[in-house]
Amino acid sequence: MNLLWLQSGGCGGCTMSLLCADSSDLLGSLADAGIRILWHPSLSEESGAEALDLLAACAAGDLPVDLLCVEGSLLRGPDGSGRFHMLGGSGRPMIAWVQELAARARYTLAIGSCAAWGGVTAAGPNPAGACGLQYDGEAAGGLLGADYRSAAGLPVINVAGCPTHPGWVVETLMALALGQFDGDALDALARPRFYADQLVHHGCARNEYYEFKASAEKPSDQGCLMENMGCKGTQAHADCNLRPWNGSGSCTRGGYACISCTEPGFEEPGHPFVQTPKVAGIPIGLPSDMPKAWFVALAALSKSATPRRVRDNAVADHLAVTPAIRRTGLK
Amino acid sequence: MGERIVLGPFNRVEGDLEVQLEVADGRVAAAYVNSPLFRGFEQILRGKDPRDALVLVPRICGICSVSQSAAAAAALREAMGLAVPANGELAGNLVLAAENLADHFTHFYLFFMPDFAREAYAGRPWFDAARARFKAVHGSAAAEAVPARAAFLQLTGILAGKWPHTLSLQPGGSARAVSAAEKIRLYALLREFRRWLERHTFGDTLETIAALDSADALAAWAAARAPASSDLRLFLEIADDLGLARIGRATDRFISHGAYPLAGTPLFARGVWQPETATVAAFDPDEIREDLSHAWMQGEARHPWRGLTEPDADKDGAYSWCKAPRLAGRVVECGALARQVVDGHPLARNLVARDGASVLARVVCRLLELARVVPAMEAWVQALQPGEPFCAQGALPDEAMGCGLVEAARGALGHWLVIRHGRIAGYQIIAPTTWNFSPRDAAGTPGALEQALVGLPADDARVPLAVQHVVRSFDPCMVCTVH
Repeated sequence: MNLLWLQSGGCGGCTMSLLCADSSDLLGSLADAGIRILWHPSLSEESGAEALDLLAACAAGDLPVDLLCVEGSLLRGPDGSGRFHMLGGSGRPMIAWVQELAARARYTLAIGSCAAWGGVTAAGPNPAGACGLQYDGEAAGGLLGADYRSAAGLPVINVAGCPTHPGWVVETLMALALGQFDGDALDALARPRFYADQLVHHGCARNEYYEFKASAEKPSDQGCLMENMGCKGTQAHADCNLRPWNGSGSCTRGGYACISCTEPGFEEPGHPFVQTPKVAGIPIGLPSDMPKAWFVALAALSKSATPRRVRDNAVADHLAVTPAIRRTGLK
Repeated sequence: MGERIVLGPFNRVEGDLEVQLEVADGRVAAAYVNSPLFRGFEQILRGKDPRDALVLVPRICGICSVSQSAAAAAALREAMGLAVPANGELAGNLVLAAENLADHFTHFYLFFMPDFAREAYAGRPWFDAARARFKAVHGSAAAEAVPARAAFLQLTGILAGKWPHTLSLQPGGSARAVSAAEKIRLYALLREFRRWLERHTFGDTLETIAALDSADALAAWAAARAPASSDLRLFLEIADDLGLARIGRATDRFISHGAYPLAGTPLFARGVWQPETATVAAFDPDEIREDLSHAWMQGEARHPWRGLTEPDADKDGAYSWCKAPRLAGRVVECGALARQVVDGHPLARNLVARDGASVLARVVCRLLELARVVPAMEAWVQALQPGEPFCAQGALPDEAMGCGLVEAARGALGHWLVIRHGRIAGYQIIAPTTWNFSPRDAAGTPGALEQALVGLPADDARVPLAVQHVVRSFDPCMVCTVH
């Protein structure tokens, strides 16, 4: 399968993340799956006129594009002209290239939350007119329109995340190459379900603190980040704590809140990212499956039952109290 | 005026770049550097809670996101009046150094060297070796360097949760305390990377490379073994054959913000190298102005404390989204070469004394930093004290200013933050490539790359390889440039 990768109004971080894949030979793995890199801006030899010739051949249909990966948001400004991102040397806006190539592609993939929804580039006053390939924030549409389907009949596959996890990209590409990916593999926001059917909360190393609502109060505390520090891990769809980042990491393991970067509109939470909005002392963004009254009742109960070890460790940056060694009598 | 050619898209750089050349008699007579992408982070930040900068600014750039985090944290730190505990400094240095070294490594193996594996060089004595090792996507170096880089960046999984785009770096230090067991793992990862570098990149110990003190010493070292015995030796053979020490010179005026502070002393010194006297002067950020005369931006030249970012796509005479920062009215260059010259490393100083800044000098100084910084990182890991604080705490003032000056892989990065009524009232960023790839200023003085390209052969307008070597010798980061 021929893979063509373009970068638009993003930061290139999804490519950099991809190169952190924990395979022993990322490029070899892709080749083994029958994926041939036609062109990738960070990896390929062809520059300038050679690259433009190649893109033109793809746009004309002379060179088939099976996997069109777009990284970065699509910049429609100023005034719908697309001039905030011209493809260097071509004199044409990148949005025009993307529209032309997407009309040919067998599969079109949004790599990262910028290409999926608009992402951080669309934050604030959205100065560049950023949107995603098939979403503009939470609204379907985006550059290609809600009705867009690639040649294989699928909507844009939103491999969302800021950045996206290398495993999400590699496994999506390989599943497509192996013919093991269809419409049922996508969730309601067209994200691959293999990672989007999980919550960041699952496997979080702070789960014991969550159980007892033993909460972090300041950066570097070990406690649960949900109550005070803005963490949305109980609502954010991704398997970040089941599938490590860079060997053993995740946001919550790194000491900071999940900002739900796989979700549309995450860039404008309506509150400071690292502070939990509350009403009458109760966080307003509660776990999505949980009735509020139950949460309040359970939190009150669990807080009253919090062991000293958990309570003290929650507000320390290292284990202040270690688990007691007790004979359980169980064999 | 002669022929005018437009080069782009310029790949194997970070972000978007277009270069226009005026060619006369087969040589570049003038160059115009354009960053054809505008996103507007400085507008996005305005009006936000100051702490939100820690989430937003790393997303300026996915290749040097930690350096953006570090600059934002430093600006917030100054605004909050915090002092970072020793562990916080060590952890911050480690995360930033991991990113900077990974950048040098990525640049050498994935961005820069593949140009020597092009068919245009077939017939050169080193070509077969270069093609086998460095061919884009297919060379043995890509297969080996990508996993080595991924393994090295596991440091950031421990220290920062993930890379890119961490929130671990905080105004008061690091939100990620390191345990005694993790210290061992960090050390083991560093030693693994050292071993890879010593086997493949250098074919020698890091200490031997760091001790090379002149161009002659470098040449003698290279001649002691066959070119194919290490990637640096192969590069030096190529550089010698192609005269890479004699192309790519700009102003030879270098700045460094100083890098990796510990208890008030940076590992690499801060300062401005003055070519007239061959001495280092103090760096005074008050002397910075951002000129907008040839940028698609409205307004007059200002210091970043008062800077604005108001795009104007139809402005006459403009040709880039990049502003033109000047220091006391002058064009300066930053990066690993600048950092090592300002710091006084004898090899860097000698390379510049002999030929001025060049493709060779820039690449050698990046590799020199791999050799100098990995041992420093080993010492920083050893100095971590689990159980002692990693992060100082404090409150954000409603009215404050803060400036964060750090060294990204590509050089001097500055953030200028103004807080009013508890919100961001002004946020200006000058990234390394903004210095290096700036357009002309009001006096018509070209930016550093624009100067470095003049005089190069441009005989093959389709693939002007010398131009590509010079452009990539700066390891440009265009998304940072325009932000």
